Amino acid sequence: MTFNHLKKLESESIYIIREVAAEFTNPVMLYSIGKDSSVMLHLAIKAFAPNKIPFKLLHVDTTWKFKEMIKFRDQTIKENNLDLIVHINQEGVNNKVGPITHGSKTHTDIMKTQSLKQALNKYKFDAAFGGARRDEEKSRAKERIFSFRDTNHRWDPKNQKPELWNLFNTKISTNESVRIFPLSNWTEVDVWQYIYQENIAIVPLYFAAKRPVIKRDDMLIMVDDNRLEIKKGEKIEEKLIRFRTLGCYPLTGAVESKASSIEEIIIELLESKHSERQGRLIDSDQIGSMEIKKQDGYF
Amino acid sequence: MDLKKFFINQNSKKQLKILTCGSVDDGKSTLIGRLLFDSKSIYSDQISQTKFESEKYGTQGKEIDLALLIDGLQAEREQGITIDVAYRYFETEKCKFIIADTPGHQEYTRNMATGASNSDIGIVLIDATKGILDQTRRHTFILSLLGVNHIVIAVNKMDLLNYDKKNFDNIVHSFEKLSKNFNFLSKRYIPMSALIGDNVFSKSKKMPWYADETLISTLESFDIDKSSIGEEFSMPIQWVNRSSSDFRGYSGTISSGKININDEITVVSSGERAKVRKILTPDGNAEFSFENQAVTISLDKEIDISRGDIITTDLDKIKIADQFSAHLIWMHKDNMLPERNYIFRFINSYINGKITNLEYKININSYEKIAAKSLELNDIAYCKIALSKPTFFKSYIQNNQLGSFVIIDQFNNLTVGAGMIDFELRRSSNISWHDMTIDKKKRSTLNSQKPCALWFTGLSGSGKSTIANILEQKLHQLNKRTYLLDGDNIRHGLNKDLGFTDADRVENIRRVAEVSKLMTDAGLITLISFISPFKSERRMARDLFDTNEFIEIFVDTPIEECEKRDPKGLYKKARSGILKNFTGIDSDYEVPSDPEIKLKTLLKNPEELADEVLDFLKVNNII
Repeated sequence: MTFNHLKKLESESIYIIREVAAEFTNPVMLYSIGKDSSVMLHLAIKAFAPNKIPFKLLHVDTTWKFKEMIKFRDQTIKENNLDLIVHINQEGVNNKVGPITHGSKTHTDIMKTQSLKQALNKYKFDAAFGGARRDEEKSRAKERIFSFRDTNHRWDPKNQKPELWNLFNTKISTNESVRIFPLSNWTEVDVWQYIYQENIAIVPLYFAAKRPVIKRDDMLIMVDDNRLEIKKGEKIEEKLIRFRTLGCYPLTGAVESKASSIEEIIIELLESKHSERQGRLIDSDQIGSMEIKKQDGYF
Repeated sequence: MDLKKFFINQNSKKQLKILTCGSVDDGKSTLIGRLLFDSKSIYSDQISQTKFESEKYGTQGKEIDLALLIDGLQAEREQGITIDVAYRYFETEKCKFIIADTPGHQEYTRNMATGASNSDIGIVLIDATKGILDQTRRHTFILSLLGVNHIVIAVNKMDLLNYDKKNFDNIVHSFEKLSKNFNFLSKRYIPMSALIGDNVFSKSKKMPWYADETLISTLESFDIDKSSIGEEFSMPIQWVNRSSSDFRGYSGTISSGKININDEITVVSSGERAKVRKILTPDGNAEFSFENQAVTISLDKEIDISRGDIITTDLDKIKIADQFSAHLIWMHKDNMLPERNYIFRFINSYINGKITNLEYKININSYEKIAAKSLELNDIAYCKIALSKPTFFKSYIQNNQLGSFVIIDQFNNLTVGAGMIDFELRRSSNISWHDMTIDKKKRSTLNSQKPCALWFTGLSGSGKSTIANILEQKLHQLNKRTYLLDGDNIRHGLNKDLGFTDADRVENIRRVAEVSKLMTDAGLITLISFISPFKSERRMARDLFDTNEFIEIFVDTPIEECEKRDPKGLYKKARSGILKNFTGIDSDYEVPSDPEIKLKTLLKNPEELADEVLDFLKVNNII
């Protein structure tokens, strides 16, 4: 008896999640509200059923997430009876740091990378789950499933522990920590197929609807609140759009699409010619930019 | 598009994990780039970014350099080398592929072993213009050692040889000869050009003499899942699932066989039995489950099971021992030394242990067995291993999850090695420990002293023996029974067969530690004066003793001062190169981080320093 690809991935991820719960003293699950987080959470619930999952969820809120994301987050937590910690970099808020005023690089660094480090230090988490996949970006393809971070949360790509079989080395010294990626071996198609089969709830922004957008730097930016200043020559249009990936709204481009169901999304995906991170401004602000961010402690 | 058909097709796809290995410039990254490109796994924005980078770093002129798609990290984009294991994904009509891309550089054997440990199929790339190289022999060996049973020999760059059959035939012939040493279940040869795409996805028109399948069709045709039906059910316990209500279940991933509700299982550690009441799979409650599925099982009665245990339907299939023989791959620049303590990571436990016998090292180019005293980075060897307590396992050939382990350094937590269990050694169960009626306590009462080990460590010439000598005289005057073990003296007798290599130093200290343990057990205050330069060995010695029995005394003298004193003229010899492996000169001294006593010899004379130790012994009620 053998299992198909998706069943193998599912069992592999559950094994990884249980291993972390068994070996670390204070793990946490990074919950970013996106579809990958939804899948990861779904797997964690399965791993410990019929019990509650034995760790908390952490959302690093940059204060620039889409409103619908926050609504979905709170609903998910309530429905599944989960414990959520929301962390905001108060220093960044006090200095009014934002993507529009400070640009993508500074905003991501202060409100996301620094904020994440603050939260990990504050609660003394020794292990943090993330929903990243190796097929997303080239530097992620080289990262381990158990990715070690030094006391400053930095990733050293040239000094990774070899990972053989499923024997993960979970030994760390004081103040070191580990990021764990249970979805490492999943592809974008796998994730959508799993969402479809398991009927996993996702943020409605993934589905096409008429939404107000402006065109800026070749991207379609959704007008989610009045913090987005409309420049001269720009005009707000109602367009049938959806998002392939969700981040901070002024940094995440929408795509024009008619796909309003998961089936249609999968069809669109199979026929599409652009990779999902294309909508993310933060990947391309310099060559090798994701790798540099990761070395600094970004997920 | 018919979505229903799409999902049925998706669900029937099997997963194939493949490893590509080849030496530098065999065209490995180009092949993987080709697989991704031809399977349409690359999106147009990724292609345009690669085009942009191709112009900056590429080697193919105006053409897109497929290798750049693969070389993910910035450093290697600039240097044009692959430095680590990377994973890539693509799918065809029949299969979903996960490719491990590992570097072909000689020094990166550990990465290839890492990739091989999780692969079903190995692709051995051979550059047709170069033929079989040392690395080809090396890669074939590692594939076989790690149990990758299906291999494809991809003879690449046929385009550079005008697609000539004779070249291909020669390589096939040489490889057949080479692979006589191994037992691969299946082996296929394919002439191809990854750069142009010949025989990768589509059949090459340039090689009509080759009648067999393309690379992709060949990979799809392998039957990699060896059915474990008929094997016993076994599952290592990963997590005990207790809830506030009455539910108690045992979670784990089934390592072999099939389990049904009402089957009787045995807990290997205790021999207790129980019946399966419920099986919770990722799809909910089920009547049965199979190998590789992550499940939670509840039983008909409460028995004691915890992480580190294994449950099975056939006790005889599981081995339990604290000693076994295994193949080892060393993965760290710090050498492996026999008798040094390491942490061994098994499927659901960490156990302390050591390599007791290094039987032989294997030259993976010539496959010769060579005698060795230690292992260096990328060495492969056959060893005997002793653990501090028994564990369960199967041989690696039978089950690679239950037959594998990784080795972790106890100080910096790095993964330093990996191993594959061959078979258990029964030695430990034959020697039972004789309990003596007269014990340490009775002896020490008669002596009216508390026995202990005073372990002097420090550089040569630091003053260890001088201080230890004075201290022993003082203890003697107090009517205490003592014995002084001195490095130089022991090397004339008990340890005269040992030299000064790292491996011999470890063995030297091991013997002395064991002897001092016996003397302490005999009720003596034992003074040990040895350079003992390595933390691990001092720790090993300490671990032999009861709490508070081992007193580490660091004789702290700066090397400049030792060299100035040079009582035996050794530093002079070492500096001139006559004496090799001299501590402080060309061999390390690892300073103790937390000794019980630290003696600063620059400030006081040996008499005063001996009194300092004496005071410590009095304060701590030892004398």
